[in-house]
Amino acid sequence: MIPRFQLPAFFARAGRLFPQWPHAAGLALALNAAIAARLLPADSLALLEGRSFLVVVNDAGTRAAFTYGGGSFRPLLNFRSEPDLTFRANLSAFLRLLAREEDPDTLFFNRELSIEGDTELGLVVKNMLEAIELPKLPKFS
Amino acid sequence: MPSNRLPDLVCPAGSLPALKSAVDNGADAVYLGFKNNTNARNFAGLNFDEKALVDGIRYAHDRKKGVLLAINTFPQAGRTADWQRAVDAAADLGVDAVIMADLGLLDYANRRHPGLRLHLSVQGSATNFAAVNLAHQEFGIRRAVLPRVLTLGQVEHVIQNTPVEIEVFGYGSLCVMNEGRCWLSSYACGESPNTVGACSPAKFVEWKKKPGVMETRLNGILIDSRGDTESAGYPTLCKGRYEVNGNTYYAIEEPTSLNVLSILPDIVNIGVRAIKVEGRQRSPTYVAQVTRTLRAALDSLAAGAERYEVRQEWQSQLTRLSEGNQATLGAYSRPWR
Ligand code: SF4
Repeated sequence: MIPRFQLPAFFARAGRLFPQWPHAAGLALALNAAIAARLLPADSLALLEGRSFLVVVNDAGTRAAFTYGGGSFRPLLNFRSEPDLTFRANLSAFLRLLAREEDPDTLFFNRELSIEGDTELGLVVKNMLEAIELPKLPKFS
Repeated sequence: MPSNRLPDLVCPAGSLPALKSAVDNGADAVYLGFKNNTNARNFAGLNFDEKALVDGIRYAHDRKKGVLLAINTFPQAGRTADWQRAVDAAADLGVDAVIMADLGLLDYANRRHPGLRLHLSVQGSATNFAAVNLAHQEFGIRRAVLPRVLTLGQVEHVIQNTPVEIEVFGYGSLCVMNEGRCWLSSYACGESPNTVGACSPAKFVEWKKKPGVMETRLNGILIDSRGDTESAGYPTLCKGRYEVNGNTYYAIEEPTSLNVLSILPDIVNIGVRAIKVEGRQRSPTYVAQVTRTLRAALDSLAAGAERYEVRQEWQSQLTRLSEGNQATLGAYSRPWR
């Protein structure tokens, strides 16, 4: 079980001082591994073509921007413009979500997860990730 | 025909992992839909293509669980064949029953596939035994899902006067008691559950964070503005806050979910044949959590109704998953009629 916690504000301030790209690169890598393992359906992926995504970890003060195109995800460095879709939550909420300990709608109802931008795109991403069969997830470490 | 047999627990599956979650956590049957507008949860990335359906049916049947396929929207003008094809596919794939609302489609299924078990969908809005019995007589339906408008006493009255099995909702988001007849979503966006298979389709929804509040808009219409600590619900018109005579409040319905844990013994007692959980749009995690909780409650009931007691952990688990973090008995315990 992942405990419900919030990082002290110090981390948020410190997080902003570090370069942002490693998170985005890590995320893109993980998603590409999922594509390689054929875990993400082509029809859903096609809907992501050319769109920009931003994941903001509130209490860690980190942001990861990435995009999908030509069959793979890649980080967007120095991303400054308005993304098509933004997910925001604290680290513990993201971790509980990824571990499937928590349902995204529940987090949304509880105001622990926010979605801004193209809502339909958000639904595609949400349903695509939920449809992955977990035991088959490749290990990234 | 009341019996003390435990009702089936019928759980939602929006994806293959959700189906497995339901089966693994104690569902007696799952219900699901094709990846198109022949069902009322037609959201991007959700539902089953043929391959997933074949895998899902095998998974459930191997474990002696049922698969019910919802074809519960109304065929749109000029495209009836799409809905008929869905019925044919359901029969070919070997689902245990098809859940339908449209009379023409029920008639088609009954004639074309006499062996196919038919359930009348909640979208069919049959709220009295005469309507249920008519559908039985004309189309041979074997089960009806009652809309969430009846008191427990009224549900019992239906059960006593029909040979058809009765299924009721046990948990989940409330569609404001107007199943099959609501056009609020069409009023705002020109699309609604019965036409395109979705209430408040995502492409019309916009959440905007402003200092201190989050605004929710549906096709540009502001339907709510929530403070940062207020819990949220789905962006449907029925659960928005509106200004009425100078007061701004939930003028139609508060965001809340139905939860029958406290009246489960009565539901079993009056002879309800199946209890349905709402939520095909939700994750495998939700499905696992709700299924596990209701299974535990039903099993404890089977051990003896006198000793049945709603456990604190069941209640808090279900409330946490609820829209707006609140639960209600809805119409079941309405003091007025
Ligand atoms: S607006 Fe509310 S009552 Fe109408 S279909 Fe949507 S959820 Fe149901």
